[in-house]
Amino acid sequence: MLEFMQQIVNGLSLGAIYALIALGYTMVYGIIKLINFAHGDIMMVGAFVGFFSVTMLGVNIFVALLAAMAFCALLGVAIEKVAYKPLRQSTRIAALITAIGVSLFLEYVMVYFFTPNQRVFPAETFSLHNYHIAGLVISNKDMFVFGSAIILMIILQYIIKRTRTGKAMRAVSIDQEAAVLMGISVDKTISITFAIGSALAAAAGVLIGIYYNTINPLMGIIPGLKAFVAAVLGGIGIIPGAMVGGFVMGMLETMVSGYGSSLYRDAVAFGVLILILLIKPSGLFGKNTGEKV
Amino acid sequence: MLTINEIDVYYGAIHALKKMSLAVEEGTIVTLIGANGAGKTTTLKTISGILRPKNGTVVYKGKDISKTAPEKIVSLGISQVPEGRRVFQTMSVMENLEMGAYLRKDKKEIAADMENVFVRFPRLKERRKQMAGTLSGGEQQMLAIGRALMARPELLLMDEPSMGLAPLLVKEIFEIIKDINARGTTILLVEQNANMALSIADQAFVIETGEIVLKGSAQQLMKSEEVKKAYLGG
Repeated sequence: MLEFMQQIVNGLSLGAIYALIALGYTMVYGIIKLINFAHGDIMMVGAFVGFFSVTMLGVNIFVALLAAMAFCALLGVAIEKVAYKPLRQSTRIAALITAIGVSLFLEYVMVYFFTPNQRVFPAETFSLHNYHIAGLVISNKDMFVFGSAIILMIILQYIIKRTRTGKAMRAVSIDQEAAVLMGISVDKTISITFAIGSALAAAAGVLIGIYYNTINPLMGIIPGLKAFVAAVLGGIGIIPGAMVGGFVMGMLETMVSGYGSSLYRDAVAFGVLILILLIKPSGLFGKNTGEKV
Repeated sequence: MLTINEIDVYYGAIHALKKMSLAVEEGTIVTLIGANGAGKTTTLKTISGILRPKNGTVVYKGKDISKTAPEKIVSLGISQVPEGRRVFQTMSVMENLEMGAYLRKDKKEIAADMENVFVRFPRLKERRKQMAGTLSGGEQQMLAIGRALMARPELLLMDEPSMGLAPLLVKEIFEIIKDINARGTTILLVEQNANMALSIADQAFVIETGEIVLKGSAQQLMKSEEVKKAYLGG
C-alpha cells in the first residue's frame, strides 16, 4: 500500500506536467480545430530558454520559468501568424501537415544551433532535498513541479472563467460567427490562445528539465504525443478534460514503470489512445456530437 | 441612417445578392421579407461585415462600412440578433449578456443595462446563472435579443426572431420589437412571417433570389395582391 501511495506521489508530478502540455493542445483545438503538433516542440524551446536563463544569465529557477513562458508566448503567436493563419480557410489536413512541418522545423533548427546532445541542468539550480512524510518520500523537486503546475492551472481557470478575455476565448470557441457579431476580434483571440497555450508548454518544458534533469532538442516529441493522448482522453477542446487526462496519463506511466516494466510505458500510453478512439472518441468529458455542417 | 447601394454579394460561385439596394430611415422599423434562400440573411451578414460585397456600398450615417472590420461595425452602433439565436450554449445567461457588451468599458452602465434586460425579460433573471443551452427556444430568443441590446445599438438587425417559436411567443417577441423601437432603436427586421412583420413595420422590402422586387410602406405592401398571394397565404 505504501509503495502504491509512493507511485501516486511520483505520478502526480509527471501528470501535472502532461496536464500543462495537454491544456495547450486542447485550447488551440477548441478555438481553431487544429491539432498543433508543434506544441511539444514549443515545450522543448521553453526548456532551452529556461536552461540558458539559468546557465548563462544565472537567474533563479522562478525567473527562468517566467522567461521561458514569455519567450514561448511570443513564439507561439509568431508561429500562428506565419504558419497557420494563412491556412485558416484551407482544409484542416493542410493545417495539420503544416503543424508537423513546424514541429520538424523547430526540432532541427535547435539541433543545428545547439547540437543534438543532452544538456544537464546544473545541480545548483535545484538542490535536491527529500522529505519523509508518513513513510512516503517526497522531494522538493516533486513539490516544485506539482505546485507550479497547479498554480498555473488555477491562474488559467481564473482567466478563462472570470476575465473578459477568457470569456471572449470561450465565445469564439463556441461560435466564431456569433462572437464576431459581439465585436470580438477573432484574430486577437486566437493570438491570445496561442500565447497562453505556448506559455503553459514552456513552463512544462522547464519543469520537465528539472524533473528529468536533462534536455535535448528532440525531448518534446514523446511528452508532446503523450499530452496529445491526454487531451484526447479528456475530450479534445475541453479544458478540465485536458487536466484530468494529463494526470491519468502521468499516473498510468508511473504505475506501468513501477509495477510492470518501464519499457512498456510508451506502449501503454499509445494503447490508451487506441482504446479511447475505439470506445469513446469524444473523450471522458466529451459529448457525442456529430460534426456540424 | 443606412443605405445599401447596388451590392453584389457572392457565396463562392453563387451570386446571392444582385445589385441589391435598400434604405433604412432613423427611428423606423424596416422589414425585409422573402422566401427561404432569397438573400435575407446574406443581406444582414453583409451589413455586419461578415460577408463582403464585391460591388456597391453599405453606407451607415454617411460612411461606407463595406470594408470596415466587423468589430468596428459593432462599435459604430450596429448589432445583430442572428438567425437561429446563436447564443453561447455553454456560457451562462449573464456571461452571454456580458459578451453583448464586449466592446463597452463603462462597467456601471453595463450593470444597469443588464438590469434593464432582466426587467424586460424576468425569465432570464430567474435563469441568469444557468447555461444558455438549457433555456427553451423562446428564452434563448429573448437572450439573443438582450445580448444584442447590451451593445446599446442604434441600429438593430434581427434575423427571423420568430423562427421555431409557438404563436403566442411570436406575438410576445413582436411586442418586444415594437417596444425596443419605441425607445429609440432603429430596426431592420428580416422575416418569413410576412404577416407579423408587415403589421409592425413602417417600410418593407420584398426580396426574391437576391433582388428587391417590391418596396413601399408596410401598409401598401400588405394590400398588394402580389404580396398577398406569395407571402400572406392568399
